[in-house]
Formats: sequence, structure tokens, C-alpha cells
Amino acid sequence: MLKRPIRRGFHLIETWLDRLCGAAWNPLSNLGALGFYFYWIVATSGLYLYVFFDTGVTEAYQSVESLTVDQWYLGGVMRSVHRYASDAMVLIMVLHMTREFANDRLRGPRWFSWFIGVPILWLVIISGVTGYWLVWDKLAQFVAIQTSELLDVLPIFGAPIARNFLSPGHLDDRFFTLMAFLHIAVPLILLLLLWVHLNRVTRARVNPPRGLAVTVLLVILAISLVKPAVSQGPADLAQVIEWVGLDWFYLGFYPLIDSWPGPAVWAFGGVITGLLLLMPWLPPLRQASPARIDLDNCNGCTWCVSDCPYGAISMVPRTDGKPFTQQAEVDPDRCLRCGICVASCPTTTPFRRISPLVPGIDLPQLTAADLRERMIEAAAVNPTVGNTIAGNAPRLLEFVCEQGPRANGAAPPAATQVVVPCIGMVPPSFIDMALGRLAIDGVVLSGCTTKGCVYRLGSELTEQRLARERDPYLRKRVPRDRVLLVELNAGDVKSAAEQVQRFRDRLSDREPERTDLDA
Amino acid sequence: MPDIRKMIGLAVVLVALFWPVGYFADTPAWRHDEVGAAQIKISFAHGGAHKTACRRRSAAELRALPANMRKLDDCPRERVALAFVFELDGKPIHRASLPPTGLSGDGPSHFYGVFPVPAERHEILLKLRDSRREDGYDHVQRFTVDIAPGRNLAIDFRPNAGGFILY
Repeated sequence: MLKRPIRRGFHLIETWLDRLCGAAWNPLSNLGALGFYFYWIVATSGLYLYVFFDTGVTEAYQSVESLTVDQWYLGGVMRSVHRYASDAMVLIMVLHMTREFANDRLRGPRWFSWFIGVPILWLVIISGVTGYWLVWDKLAQFVAIQTSELLDVLPIFGAPIARNFLSPGHLDDRFFTLMAFLHIAVPLILLLLLWVHLNRVTRARVNPPRGLAVTVLLVILAISLVKPAVSQGPADLAQVIEWVGLDWFYLGFYPLIDSWPGPAVWAFGGVITGLLLLMPWLPPLRQASPARIDLDNCNGCTWCVSDCPYGAISMVPRTDGKPFTQQAEVDPDRCLRCGICVASCPTTTPFRRISPLVPGIDLPQLTAADLRERMIEAAAVNPTVGNTIAGNAPRLLEFVCEQGPRANGAAPPAATQVVVPCIGMVPPSFIDMALGRLAIDGVVLSGCTTKGCVYRLGSELTEQRLARERDPYLRKRVPRDRVLLVELNAGDVKSAAEQVQRFRDRLSDREPERTDLDA
Repeated sequence: MPDIRKMIGLAVVLVALFWPVGYFADTPAWRHDEVGAAQIKISFAHGGAHKTACRRRSAAELRALPANMRKLDDCPRERVALAFVFELDGKPIHRASLPPTGLSGDGPSHFYGVFPVPAERHEILLKLRDSRREDGYDHVQRFTVDIAPGRNLAIDFRPNAGGFILY
């Protein structure tokens, strides 16, 4: 209920951003990669700051001030970049989580990445809190006292931590050494968890496109120069804190800590964390059967392994005595039933005349044989119109991704449609057959955008197969200009219809030709 | 060759996206305490007397013990709970029984409390009982202090330095 309007909002903005800055540089399509990018900016700038940072009750503030004022041109800029890139990382993470939630990319086998993402979020917050603590200005004093009082609610510490901040004389230099250690150790643990976060994702994009990366860095630098990060006056434990300028990205929940009783804050945080952790199962995803291997047709080529977006397929030693060393094996807990592996299998060829169409790997709910039947049925509609003849309307066959806007009657059918779980499930050999033996004039593949593909790699792999850059590729005898790959954001129905119409017009203008594609 | 038009478009988008980053990095400010407010913060960690006095073991008891554990005195580890009272300007503000920490109840008792007060002259009375006695207090101290606006008056208890100490 909540997902649909958020998804529509994202798609509207993404479509607009695609036009403004190009699909490749669209920040909303690169949120995960941008998160990583900000992590490295923060780590690099932090390393520089650490060189000049002094751990001590008075030295901490002085060293940060010296960086900010005496060395404003580098140290000050680095401090500002460190702060703003950290803030941007939180913003990007929240957007990333919201987008994945809206696109329902958290249930089923994808629960793992979401689940790991929740502690990552908390570790980022802890990293930020310890960072603000180190400056030892008035904000640090507020954060230190509030945090320690909150921690003291838990019955796990012998003496109250807040006692360390009773008066200036109670505070020890070693406390700053501990905080500096935490401020480095927590981000390192974070990096480990980021690796685990991507553990079930193959070919993860962890680097944004260069143009986007450069522009992001320039914008962060610009913000740093326009509004340099500064301290809020030295901490003084003999004085109460009246006003503090909060960093709402990291310290946004501190007003809550300030206003609510400690146990209530812990309970609230626990409930929110618990809900986030349980979201992949609210409700659980009902899925069809996972992809299955047919050993009689599996020659251990590994193409399905390299194409599976979620690492659900692995190669294991052969068990059937056939003269191959390996065979594919599907992990049902990781399989998303997208069918991309079916298209990657070299045995998924519709031209088989004698043996039944049973590829080495197949999808039980829509087998390759079913797909061929549906394609033949769709091609049989309006059979009187043959290959492109000037003056006749060209006959189109459209493979439609069921996740995209063209499926389920969201758009008036511009051609006879065959719905597939993902556009990456359509093998190039099927296009070959449609344009040849089935006498179709043009094939349309309506999928999601490369960055917005529900199954991550469907559109990208299809592009590469059509461009003959990836096995199994579109054979050279198939005219590439008779195949249209439409990459759409959901909700971009109008653009899809326009693209199909232009394709249709282009086919109408073609000279009559005789093809003998499946000769 | 970078696409300058797209880069400008992207820069516009990023400025719009990251403008909140610059703004919310320290704005709006949060008011923790009223301007001119003051507070008294009391915290101490102190171990009370042992709950039971040491007892001399009998010869039979000593013989029953393994050779390496034959200590003449049997001294139970558990400590008494501290009784603490804080009065301000003649009014009781806080009264607490502070149990010892530790699984065997042999650790120090802790107290941490923050009490907002008006910035003016105050009479502070602090009482602490840390012995096995049933009533009365072992440490009673009275202070008269002028608390300035914005002051955090810290009070600790250090028996070796004279009891309650103001910071």
C-alpha cells in the first residue's frame, strides 16, 4: 500500500533526471555506488585529519581548530568534505533503502542484503557520533553527556559512563584515545559488513560513473567552501549546554534522547530496528519453483553462472558420468525466478525439430518450451501480413517484462505481446526465430532501465547479447535494426508507446525484403 | 570528452539534492536547556562497609578447610547499601538507597543525578550513610553556594578528600 506511491514518485523523478543528466549519470540509479563513493571520500579525508588530530582533553579541540583556521585551505576543506560527505552518505543510504523498499527488492532471496543493511545503518550513525565527540566542542559535550546517560540506562556497565563528564577534572585524555580508536574501528567493521551486504549480489556496481563521481566531488567541495564546517566553541563541563547546532543526519534522534526517558528511547530504537529487520517477511514473498537443471542438456559451460544476478548458480563436480567435469547447481534460497539463466543457456534454442525443447536450465513456471509456444501463438495473430512490404503495417512481436509498465495492460498493446518474468529471459535465438521462421517484421523487447531492472542485470545482459558482446549473442544474420530494446522506468508508458510507434514507422519505411533467416 | 551539458544538469540536480546536506549539518539548532538555566549534577562511586563483620574461625573449621584456604578470619564480601539524601534550601529533593554492584554485592554503589535549579544562592545539604548502622548518617555536609546562570555545579564524594566535594 505504501510501496506503490513511493515507487511512482521515484519513477517520476528518475524519468525526469534521466532526461536532465542522462540515464548513466542519474544519481537515483546509482545510489548504492554513491554510498560506497562517499565512504571512500570520508575515509580519505578522515585519514588526513587523523594525521593532525591530537587526543587530549584540551589538545583535541585545539588541533581541530588549528586544522580549521590555520590550515583552512586544506585541513579546513578536508574537515568540511569529511562532514558533508558523511552527511551525504546518510542521505544516500536512506534514499537507497527507501528505493529498494518501494521496488520490493527486500523480500524473498533478497532479504539478506536488506537485513545486513540495517546494522550498516547503525554503524554509520555510531561512526558519526564518535566523530562529533572527538572535536570536543559544545556539540561534542552535548553528544557525550546524552550518549553516556543513554548508555547508562543499560545494566551492563559497572560505573556510570556519564561520571566521566561530571566536571572538567573528571575527564581523562585516555577517553579521547578510546573514541579515536572507535572512530576508526567502527568504519572498518562497517566496510566488512558492506562486503557481506554485497555477498549475494554478482557484478555489484560499487563505483559510480566517472562523470557522476567528479560532479559529486565538485559539489561537495563547493558546499565545503561556501559553508565550511566549524566548531561550536570549546566544551566546558562547568557550564550547561543551552543551544547546539545539531547535525540532523547523525544526531537527529538526540532531541528524542534529550526529551524521553532512557528506557523509552531504547524501546523505540529497538522497535524501529526490529521492524526494519523483519520487513523482508512482512509479508513473506510467495514464489514459484526455482530454476531447475536438466543434466541431460547441461554441458557445464558456466554461462548461467556468470549471468545469474544473485549468485544462485554454482558449478559442482559432475554426478551423471557424462564426459564433462562440472555441472550447474541452483541454490533455491538465492534464486529469484527471473529466467535470465534460461536465456544464457546455449541449449535454449527454439529451432529443435526432433528433440523436445528442454534446456540445461529452465524455469518451471514458464519453461523455454512454453515460451516458444506463446511466441508461436502470438505470431499467428494476423498472419495475413507478411514480412515488411511497403504500404502494409509491419507486424510486431513484443516481449514484455512483467515488472515493467507495458505488462498487465498498463499500455494498449502496440503489438502482440508475450509476457516474461524479465526481459533477460528472452534468448537471442528466439528473436532469430521470430524474425525468420515466424515472419515477424520487428521484435520489441520492453524491459526496465539498465539501472532500474528489478532483477538488476536483465536489460544490461540483453543489451550485450543484442550487441553481440556476450554469449549467447544475436546471430549476425539477424538484422539488428529490426529489434528494438525499450528500457523504461515504470510509469513511463507514454515514452514506450512513442518508441514502439517510431519503430513501427521505421519498419514501414523499409524496402521490401526477402529473408530466409532459418534456412 | 565529458558531456558538459549533462554535467551541468547533473550539477544542478546534485546541488538540489545536497543543499539539505549543507543546511541540516548544523541547522536548526536544538535548545537543550533554557538560556540562563543552571543545574546541580551529583555523582559518586563509593563502597559501603561490609554487611557482616569478620568472624574468627574455630580450629575445627580451619581443619575442615583445604590447606591453602585456611585463613584465620572469615570475612563475607557483601557490602551494605548506601543511604543518600539530597536537600536543597531545606526541602528534600532526592532520597535513595544505593545497593552495591557486582554479582556478590561487593562492588561500590553508584549514583548519578542531574537536578535543574534556578541560578541563585542555594543551601545544599548532603547526607550519606555507608556503615552498618540502622539510622543516622556517617557523612553530613552543608554548603551555601551562589550558582551563576549557565553553571553546572558538580558534586562528587571522596571520603579521603573530606567527603562531598564541589566542582
